[in-house]
Amino acid sequence: MDWLERSWRPVLLLVACLAVWQLVTTTGLIAPYLVPSPAATLDVLVEKQAYIWHHTWVTTYETVLGFLIAAVVGVLAAVAMVYSATIEKTLYPILLFAQVVPKIAIAPLFVVWLGFGLVPKVLVAVLIAFFPVVISMVTGLKSVDTEMLELASTMGGGPLKTFVKIRFPASLPHLFAGLKVAVTLAVTGAVVGEFVGANEGLGFVILQANGNIDTPMLFAGLIVMSLVGVLLFVLLELAERFMLPWHVSRRTSAVTTTI
Amino acid sequence: MTVTVGTAAVEIDSVAVHFRSKKIDVTALREVSLDVAPGEFVSIVGPSGCGKSTLLKLVSGLLKPSSGKVRLLGDVVTGPRHDIGYVFQRAALLEWRSARRNILLQAEMRGMPDAGKRADELIEMTGLRGFEDALPHELSGGMQQRVALCRALLHRPRVLLMDEPFGALDALTREQMNVELHRIWRETGTTVLLVTHSIAESVYLSNRVVVMTPRPGAVQEIIDVDLPVERDYSETMALPKFSTAAAHIRELLGASMRP
Ligand SMILES: Nc1ncnc2c1ncn2[C@@H]1O[C@H](COP(=O)(O)OP(=O)(O)OP(=O)(O)O)[C@@H](O)[C@H]1O
Ligand SMILES: [Mg+2]
Repeated sequence: MDWLERSWRPVLLLVACLAVWQLVTTTGLIAPYLVPSPAATLDVLVEKQAYIWHHTWVTTYETVLGFLIAAVVGVLAAVAMVYSATIEKTLYPILLFAQVVPKIAIAPLFVVWLGFGLVPKVLVAVLIAFFPVVISMVTGLKSVDTEMLELASTMGGGPLKTFVKIRFPASLPHLFAGLKVAVTLAVTGAVVGEFVGANEGLGFVILQANGNIDTPMLFAGLIVMSLVGVLLFVLLELAERFMLPWHVSRRTSAVTTTI
Repeated sequence: MTVTVGTAAVEIDSVAVHFRSKKIDVTALREVSLDVAPGEFVSIVGPSGCGKSTLLKLVSGLLKPSSGKVRLLGDVVTGPRHDIGYVFQRAALLEWRSARRNILLQAEMRGMPDAGKRADELIEMTGLRGFEDALPHELSGGMQQRVALCRALLHRPRVLLMDEPFGALDALTREQMNVELHRIWRETGTTVLLVTHSIAESVYLSNRVVVMTPRPGAVQEIIDVDLPVERDYSETMALPKFSTAAAHIRELLGASMRP
């Protein structure tokens, strides 16, 4: 019943949007070649199932791979930066620079360098998803109570035990917040990578549909792409629930939800 | 590292502490000397900011004195010491660990085997039975402090440092905790250094009460309290000895507060 209570509002909004969509298309308010009707879009989704599945899988694969690499590298970079001021001073400006360079602008360069295959897409996804992971992990590692760390030093466990038992677990809520942002960005990254040069993936599907003025397929591609992002986000939420029950229960306890 | 009889457990020898940074230049402690005998219970009272917390940090080795020397159990303190138990004003518990596992953190950090039984004894002794598996946010403030106390006692430290451990508790809970602490002190024979703002607490618990001057802190006077070992709370409060000592301390603190 809990999930019902939480999900009826967004579902209602979604249904309302679909109704408006259906209305404007069936009344001919907007020409079907500009906006296809929900029915037409659904038709494409069903008829071209195999085609869409294939390309969805390609994009999902690129996204997940990019996200995982970004997560691992991001966490390692954050740990290094928190434990060494020299590394932080060296790495931080470079990270910031890599973040402000528009990924859409360097994506074509990756195609030139690395061709049309998997690698440039994953690379764009990594680049775009990396920053929120680093920032959230650094914040998390630095958020640890100094008294707790002082206490740990009187317990004589050494830096490794302090990291494993105190610092790392304390940083996880921050890390998960960053990972959730990162995973949705990774989808964007993969699709941007596909836009600049690909012969498969949802980005490719959309470009093709665009060229053929096949708006139902374009819409279908957009919808599936969003669903991939939502699904990955939900998976991360579930992982968070599983790994940080203490944090989640705290966040959604009866008292905190009423204020 | 055996302590011969007669050697002080804690020996603070004309210690001064200056905090210097770009913005501030504070003398927290001017010249403090204090010896605490093994098994003795000493309280430290004084106006806010007079350096009480600083003094405990010196004894634990979390802070180095600008001049002077601190000896703990016969050895000069040069870095964080592991042979102490420390309780801060805030319980400083790990919020993802249950009460029992928070207590056992002490053992895990030290690589102490078979600490479970000892933890259960302490849980029993402090009346935490039935709450072993509760997370910190499911415990009351007083219970959290008791967990912190158990954690500080787990490894049977010879010296226990407590920095306003009951500051956040209501008067009644605080009295209960005082009675408990007194009993624990008698049962364990630990040397205790307690920082407190409560005159009643300091008199009830201590062999001696150290009254400090406003910042820069120095020892203003040391009051010997000679209460019977069996201490029923209300009976003790009614003793003439108690009120004399309390009145004297109040007078000292009051005098130092006036400009
Ligand atoms: N890390 C620090 N850096 C700079 N100044 C500090 C630091 N720690 C303490 N001080 C200063 O030293 C003085 C004594 O601080 P301390 O915390 O020991 O006071 P206290 O007696 O415990 O006060 P309270 O009763 O309010 O807890 C204060 O004026 C404080 O500003
Ligand atoms: Mg203090």
